[in-house]
Amino acid sequence: MPQEFKLILKHADEPGYTPDMGCYLKHGGYETLKKALQAPGRDLPDGKKLSPQEALREDVKASGLRGRGGAGFSAGLKWSFVDRRSGKPIYLICNADESEPGTFKDRQILHKDPHQLIEGMVLSCWANDVKLAYIYIRGEFPEGARLLNRALAEARAKGFLGKNILGTGYDLDIWVHRGAGAYICGEETGLIESLEGKRAYPRIKPPYFPAILGLYLCPTIVNNVETLCHVKHIAAMGPAEFARLGTPNNTGTRIVSLSGDVQRPGYFEVEVGKVTIGELIFHENFGRGLRPGRQLKAVIPGGSSSKVLKAGEVFQLKRKGADGQMAPVEVPMLDLPYDFDSLQSAGTMSGSGAVIVMDDSRSMVDALANLSEFYAHESCGQCTPCREGALWMAKGLHRLTHGDGRKEDAAYLAHIAQNIQGRTICAFGEAAAWPVLSFVKKFREEFEARGEADVAARAAAGSVPDSNRKPSPHA
Amino acid sequence: MSAPATAAPATSPPPLPAAETVTLKVNGRTVQVPKTMPDWQGKPQPTTMLQAARLGGVEIPHYCYHDKLPVAGNCRMCLVEFGTPALDPATRKPALNADGTPKIARSVLPYEPGTPRGAIACATPISPGMEIYADSPATKQMREAVLESLLINHPLDCPICDQAGECKLQEYSVEHGQSASGFFETKVHKPKAVDLGPRIMLDDERCILCTRCIRFSKDIAGDDALGIVNRGSYNSIAAFPGRQFDNNYSLNTVDLCPVGALTSKDFRFKMRVWFLKETRSLCTSCGTGCNIVIGSREETLYRLEPRENEAVNSSWMCDSGRLNYKWIGRADRLREVRVRGGHSTWSAALPQIQAILAKAPQGSVAILAGARQTTEELYLLKKLADRFGAVTDSVPRTGAADGFLVAADRNCNTQGARLTGIWSGTMGAQIPRIAEGIRAGGVRTLVVFGEDVTRHGIGPELLASLETLVVSDLLPSATTRAAHYLLPGCAAAEKRGTFVNVKGRLQKFLKAVEAPGDARPEMEFLWDLLEGDVARRAPANIEAIFNQMVREVPAFAGLEWARVGDTGVTVPL
Repeated sequence: MPQEFKLILKHADEPGYTPDMGCYLKHGGYETLKKALQAPGRDLPDGKKLSPQEALREDVKASGLRGRGGAGFSAGLKWSFVDRRSGKPIYLICNADESEPGTFKDRQILHKDPHQLIEGMVLSCWANDVKLAYIYIRGEFPEGARLLNRALAEARAKGFLGKNILGTGYDLDIWVHRGAGAYICGEETGLIESLEGKRAYPRIKPPYFPAILGLYLCPTIVNNVETLCHVKHIAAMGPAEFARLGTPNNTGTRIVSLSGDVQRPGYFEVEVGKVTIGELIFHENFGRGLRPGRQLKAVIPGGSSSKVLKAGEVFQLKRKGADGQMAPVEVPMLDLPYDFDSLQSAGTMSGSGAVIVMDDSRSMVDALANLSEFYAHESCGQCTPCREGALWMAKGLHRLTHGDGRKEDAAYLAHIAQNIQGRTICAFGEAAAWPVLSFVKKFREEFEARGEADVAARAAAGSVPDSNRKPSPHA
Repeated sequence: MSAPATAAPATSPPPLPAAETVTLKVNGRTVQVPKTMPDWQGKPQPTTMLQAARLGGVEIPHYCYHDKLPVAGNCRMCLVEFGTPALDPATRKPALNADGTPKIARSVLPYEPGTPRGAIACATPISPGMEIYADSPATKQMREAVLESLLINHPLDCPICDQAGECKLQEYSVEHGQSASGFFETKVHKPKAVDLGPRIMLDDERCILCTRCIRFSKDIAGDDALGIVNRGSYNSIAAFPGRQFDNNYSLNTVDLCPVGALTSKDFRFKMRVWFLKETRSLCTSCGTGCNIVIGSREETLYRLEPRENEAVNSSWMCDSGRLNYKWIGRADRLREVRVRGGHSTWSAALPQIQAILAKAPQGSVAILAGARQTTEELYLLKKLADRFGAVTDSVPRTGAADGFLVAADRNCNTQGARLTGIWSGTMGAQIPRIAEGIRAGGVRTLVVFGEDVTRHGIGPELLASLETLVVSDLLPSATTRAAHYLLPGCAAAEKRGTFVNVKGRLQKFLKAVEAPGDARPEMEFLWDLLEGDVARRAPANIEAIFNQMVREVPAFAGLEWARVGDTGVTVPL
């Protein structure tokens, strides 16, 4: 039976669990850190010896942990890119700028169990010789920032943070930095610029790969809140045990934010790939189905930037057959396992783990207009295709949803989006383009019908298309 | 060691080690380029696709990129499709085609392998075997799309835009754009005629947000005055609140602006740029000698712009120098030859001066030559002085150096005056001696070029006691009013010549406009004075005079007018 597996959220929602040091310690908090800092290192079969820090880095790599922020990149590999010979300090930044529409998982950790994040961060910093780390928290989480600052003060008082941590001679401090309300600050290089006190313009890569030229042009690691919490569990369980959770190449658990037209929206921590999209929506343990009398229309599987999935879609996936060979199999959309690789094979992504469910009461045109407004508002405007294209798409959709549409608007929108994706400084270009490309492609008839209806209505009113165009809110 | 330290090397120095190179293809042509090239600060960095293509003879269009500014990578105009040698997945060795040539993997979107992926040529380093497709259909489509995006919210007010005719948005639209746009929405409106500072106007609607102005001001001029406000398509350039964009280099941003967003208050709405004649010249406002281009039409100067010279001013000039040209067209410019207060002519006045000078006893003539005269003029003045054993000197003129381009020496040819022998030791030290000579009666004739000596210790009462006062200048002064012979000269923009800057760079400038009235280049009438019989003299010729000067002034040994070039040569000071 598909069910939750609570690793990170093991205690967070227990009655009486509080975000303070006392409660965390009662539940075994910071024991992993104490143990890790006393670990002797590791002898390898070839006679080489790993320092305890190197051993933890190897463990994170061996665990198969993939980043929980959106891109799903191997956390261990990301750490391995860090330039450790530059002679410059290495920084670690916790990306707590959770802003992807539909996503509300990191805030559970920040608000309910901040010490778990701090323990994960101290371990990650120790493993990477980081002496100074930051938590970049979105400005809309004032309570989270307050709780984090309190927790950091408690940790300093207890010797888990600050000078000479637990008597080991290791120094680390962590500071909270609050964002000022811009989605682009979640992009790691935009975040770094913002942290440096500048406008959050993402940096060009090359040359500004954070692992080499990050914060203050020093090697920098940027990890998501959930990812850093997992480091604590990898250190506690060992990589093999961690990798037994989830499915191969999609290890561990992740917190899914389920929203939209389901009976029980909420967040659910599941083993990656052990639950399907259909189960997330319909199963008693998760969404408990749609509202009465409604049919499923579409699912946005990984935050608003991911490409939409249409009810009834069937995908060709490669699966290992009984003979051990990879063979193509047909998988209906609802049977897609909720993991990184399956959703990628289905042409979309699990992104930030936010599943947005839409039933047949929803207009895809209106929904896309809403999303595009968001991206037009949040485009930082640094590079041309996204700056101009994001607003262009939003204006076109505003027109289409306000009685001034045309049949060709579907193709028109796709044309704009196609000229954004892959041509921008950061992945925001894809984030803005993919909803448009996928909505228009998979629900083309709905877009064209809307345009045709507008044309017909204008003809009946005796007006020509251009003359009755409603003023755009952006004009 | 037996060889004396001063001995000339018996053999030529060993050849420099060959720079590491990378071989790649640009539009199908194999080119070999250095592995590293200087960045905007001159530091060697991995060669970029844009630099490599340029070396291969292919210019990749760009807006935000500028050789002299940090790379921003924001305009996306330089996106190009490219390929890199494919690796055989099994052997990890380069994969080969059937004909043995390396197989090239074209760049594609990782999530959409059928779609080409461009890289920004301005910031992407090259690699061995890379192929740059600067004119492939995919590259052209990317350019068209960027141009379309830049134009959808652009006001397209070219008919009244000062940049029209030298606008990269116009030029690239012609070269790389598409003739039609599907844009069906209302344009974004932004602030117009924004008063950024005392010399700059900004039209935010025309701005393509390339940030060249921001980067120049912050990283070159050292004045972090400009930034971007608002977000997304509403992004606008602005001066920080409470700040004026008023540093002495602000007008360089007008040159850098690829569109008509930043305009010079001095130049805007004055002249269509395609009517301007461009003349290579030099700024005369200080001893740096910034290389400039004069924009003129029908004997009127409209603007000065910096001209690139790595040895002097890079690509920049200061605002004070740039705007210091209005006086050239002043109504009170000296335009006629005057003898003892009355109108005269060159043919009447010059023989009279010659006659006076011919009778002057040795030591009775003094010459004060402004260090803003050309090197050739100063050379001729020195020759004249030598004939009569005349004392010569110049007037020092100093201010604060700004650590960038403005030099403390506010004369443009102090070194030329020194090298030609007009002054030596301490500039201006002879002036009190000349004044004393006039007072004592030993100095009876004073020749003054380009200075108002009444402001430098030779007052009107002293001038009145002279037998002969010959003055050449451009504008009226107490000295010109006291002159017995007044010879109207030319501004640098009205003649040809050379200046030697504070670092010993000898540079030439060309004539942009005609001088007003009867004014003549000083070199010409000095030549006439020296040559004696006006009827039989050879006409003054800049090349001949320069080449003659080179033979007589040791610092200029070996130079030739024709070989000075557009950016000058360095001479020993």
